[in-house]
Amino acid sequence: MSTDSIPASLEVSGLAFAYPDGHQALFGVDFAVGRGERVALLGPNGAGKTTLVLHLNGILSGGTGTVTVAGLPVGRKHMAEIRQKVGIVFQDPDDQLFMPTVREDVAFGPAAAGLKGAALQERVRTALEQVGMADFADRPPHHLSFGQRRRVAVATVLAMEPEILVLDEPSSNLDPASRRELADILRALDVTVLMVTHDLPYALELCPRSLILSDGVIAADGPTGDVLSDDALMRAHRLELPFGFDPKSVTTSGR
Amino acid sequence: MGAGHAHRLYRHGHSPVHALPPHTKLAAAFAFVVVVVSTPREAVWAFGLYAVLLAAVAYRARVPAGFLLKRLLIEVPFVAFAVLMPFVAEGERVDVLGLSLSVNGLWGAWNVLAKGTLGVAASVLLAATTELRELLLGLQRLRLPPLLVQIASFMIRYGDVITDEMRRMRIARESRGFEARGVRHWGVLAKSAGALFIRSYERGERVHLAMVSRGYAGSMPVIDEVTASRAQWSYALALPCAALVVCLLGWTL
Repeated sequence: MSTDSIPASLEVSGLAFAYPDGHQALFGVDFAVGRGERVALLGPNGAGKTTLVLHLNGILSGGTGTVTVAGLPVGRKHMAEIRQKVGIVFQDPDDQLFMPTVREDVAFGPAAAGLKGAALQERVRTALEQVGMADFADRPPHHLSFGQRRRVAVATVLAMEPEILVLDEPSSNLDPASRRELADILRALDVTVLMVTHDLPYALELCPRSLILSDGVIAADGPTGDVLSDDALMRAHRLELPFGFDPKSVTTSGR
Repeated sequence: MGAGHAHRLYRHGHSPVHALPPHTKLAAAFAFVVVVVSTPREAVWAFGLYAVLLAAVAYRARVPAGFLLKRLLIEVPFVAFAVLMPFVAEGERVDVLGLSLSVNGLWGAWNVLAKGTLGVAASVLLAATTELRELLLGLQRLRLPPLLVQIASFMIRYGDVITDEMRRMRIARESRGFEARGVRHWGVLAKSAGALFIRSYERGERVHLAMVSRGYAGSMPVIDEVTASRAQWSYALALPCAALVVCLLGWTL
């Protein structure tokens, strides 16, 4: 964690939140993600993962506690800046890609922030190249394969040059090849990543550090290999490794 | 541009008409239709000239006559209505091939038929030379309320997604042995439609969330600036201007 002068990409402290219907989803969440880190956020269904993600760019608010992005508190005052800094890639790319062509969709965020002309085109091109989709710029999103759509969804967020990339279940519905392609892309990026996932091998492959969110609090925080190898901890939070998968037998290159 | 990219009304090409900015084409087609509609129906020759003008545009756009005529078939239901008019209209009557027809009705039928055909032909030409997406940009440029443009563009984007969802629901129904036969099954279909509506509504909410996350604040950012030079405007407006001359002649002669 960053104790030096660079502010952490993301700092969450004492975050608690209850929905208007009274259902309390978060009970005081504390963690920080340093600049350039890749962190997995693990947790069973209903642990409050999505609620937490929606707090990171201020879509949900009104509970107690604070969220700080690169030293900037999330709140009404800096909303436009926060939404530029926190890039969320949602689970279903069909929700994320709402414009008629890939190019326009990638341009949406930067254009909303006021970028135009050649600078905008350049930004779109760079983002699409980062995910290897530059040749598909003029295609409508619904004519792409699922894996390609997921990559374009990542590009739409990269085009905003975010401080932190938040991925909600990035590997869901991907075939093994697309999964690996996405992993290669994510590894090559030079941004902070927070990955919300059930896919434990994927977390181990990509993220040196993991958090477990369970019942609205952070129940564990440590190196992914250690977290996944702790049987008692895993069982206590309804996390299960795929059949035959042993995290201790996997050597990750780390970073 | 991949296969199946464009709508089937669109005909891919590189003619000067294709290259015109969409809003000039929209304005030209609209002005042309207005001029045609305001022409007196007795000036039969004027409608012939209009048809010649459209044929010239089609020739410039390299849209083959067969393509144009086939698309014109959409007009058939209206033609059927026009054919009825001479039989049911009141007033002076004339005998044609032993049938007693109303003179007024004949003129009315001619009026509907000629103006309708010309209007549809102009629209078909517009659609054949302009992509749907471009049309939307053009409408935006012509200051159509942005909300309407947004709704239309989401329809284009999500039409396929929702059709696909509908297809999956049908397959799920049929996989469990359901087949819609007769009134007794309408309830099931209605419930499916309701479920589809709710799913689409929820998708709308998620899409909105994704938009807000990327800085959407009520208006769509301008991504593709469409601009037209004076030359392009005058090229596009040549059609309605020529039509206007014909129309004025029609009123004075």
